Amino acid sequence: MPLVPLSSIAAARSGDKGEGSNVGVLAKSDAAYAFLKEQLTTELVAVHMKGINAGQVRRYEADNLRLLNFILEDSLGGGGSASLLTDAQGKTHGLALLRLELDVPAELLAQLNA
Amino acid sequence: MPETKTVRIANGQGFWGDSILGPTRLVEEGPLDYLTLDYLAEVTMSIMQKLKNRDPEKGYATDFVSLLDRILPTLIEKDIKVVANAGGVNPAACMEAVLKVMRAHGLEGEKVAIVEGDDLLGDLDSLMESGEDFANMDTKARLATVRDRVTSANAYLGAFPIAEALSKGARIVITGRGTDPGLVLGPMIHEFDWTPEEYDKLAAGTVAGHIVECGAQCTGGNYTDWRSIKDLARVGYPIIEASPDGSFVVTKHEGTGGAVTLDTVSHQLAYEMGDPAAYLTPDVIADFTSFSIAQESADRVRIDGVKGAPATPYYKVSMSYSDGWKSVGELTISGPEALEKAKLCAEIVWERLALDGCEYGPKERLEEYVGAGVCHRGIDGGETDSPPEVVLRMGVKGPDRAKVSRFGPELVPLVTSGPPGVTGFAGGRPKAAEIIGFWPALVSKDKIKTAVKVLTA
Repeated sequence: MPLVPLSSIAAARSGDKGEGSNVGVLAKSDAAYAFLKEQLTTELVAVHMKGINAGQVRRYEADNLRLLNFILEDSLGGGGSASLLTDAQGKTHGLALLRLELDVPAELLAQLNA
Repeated sequence: MPETKTVRIANGQGFWGDSILGPTRLVEEGPLDYLTLDYLAEVTMSIMQKLKNRDPEKGYATDFVSLLDRILPTLIEKDIKVVANAGGVNPAACMEAVLKVMRAHGLEGEKVAIVEGDDLLGDLDSLMESGEDFANMDTKARLATVRDRVTSANAYLGAFPIAEALSKGARIVITGRGTDPGLVLGPMIHEFDWTPEEYDKLAAGTVAGHIVECGAQCTGGNYTDWRSIKDLARVGYPIIEASPDGSFVVTKHEGTGGAVTLDTVSHQLAYEMGDPAAYLTPDVIADFTSFSIAQESADRVRIDGVKGAPATPYYKVSMSYSDGWKSVGELTISGPEALEKAKLCAEIVWERLALDGCEYGPKERLEEYVGAGVCHRGIDGGETDSPPEVVLRMGVKGPDRAKVSRFGPELVPLVTSGPPGVTGFAGGRPKAAEIIGFWPALVSKDKIKTAVKVLTA
């Protein structure tokens, strides 16, 4: 199974949510969604984002949108106007998660590139 | 089969500061029934309250009035109505300013409405005495810990008062704090006579409102696969074509830039989302996992089958309070050895401040090396040790204004008393700015009286 960035099989959008952020991961195909539902666990996301998020990670699913929605509970340096960070709204957290490298089945990738 | 009535509702402003080309082009470049404009963020209410404290005629989005001055002739010619949360903490003053502009355009007889009742600042203590505790929804802390520092308090009102204002013949409806999706749901309730018990339809209007509330973010803006999006300079702002049964199409005017695809819309559905199965508003609980979404044709995405459930007995309240001070500044450091030199600069600043008795705790200070990997810190591929140049961004915060202010004057001296290649100080000394804390809470709906007031130009 080739090691590829999450961006090969999904897109993302992120924004602020109180003192944390949400990262919506949108799978590019049904097969990619099924794969990610299994593989993209809160534990994996928490480890990958540990430089950004000091809090818990929660995950929600929306099958109709092929969406896994992650809440990073403490990722904005205090949030709102209290934050000193450049990205005080978590606008770039989606792209940060898309850098995660995963072992993805070759046939899943081939389907997407077909 | 009888022809189904559809209503076109567009959003031309995603936040206070969004491009004025959004709304002006929406009314000019195609058919429209309603233009909505979203001006309010959490921090905005507090800023507006400060403006109002200084001048009782202020405290609303003045941009809205100048926008109307520009587009009123077209609004009348094409019979477009406007719903905007431009009232901020002073909808009455906003209405007066709008009436004045309407008269200047010779539009006597046109009606303007405001929705009132969201501003709880003056009633906080009596509401607390009546049993409302306004505990922080996130931290569970009691309001008493910040009560004397509260600078604004507003309930997120729903869409029904907007519908009432439209039914009274208003051309322009101005609200204070309401939910963002309510700006879009209000016209649907009015046009289709939806009742407070038609949960699925109210939820559908809420989903539609959520999709368009950030303007171009559903038509190709902020999109992962950005190379696939054409002509963002002329990006079309989003339009909802709503049907009486609650189904709707997301689209944009023909010939505008950007794109409306399954993906651009799905992305925006995920924006600022918590639990997608329970999106809470004062009108309904919308289930974002319930509906089907399909590309109907080019730049047209249809959503069907949205499910909703009865709303909770509470309004969410957005409060702001004074939460100390902060100061942030930056300098640019060129190479060679840009990152090493920038790190030395930061050390020098902290050491000089300590020499003068100013030490800041680890949570009260920050240094960032923009260009070396700030947004994606700690992520493989997101950082580099050898940027050709960096922007050193430093900041402090805390409750003591004098201590926070002491930081600014120690940044710029690095230009002459630090390593070589330090520049970019054109902004001058960083100054202390007040931190506006955000306090989310709940209030029982039955304690809040909303009112709709209509005046004629």
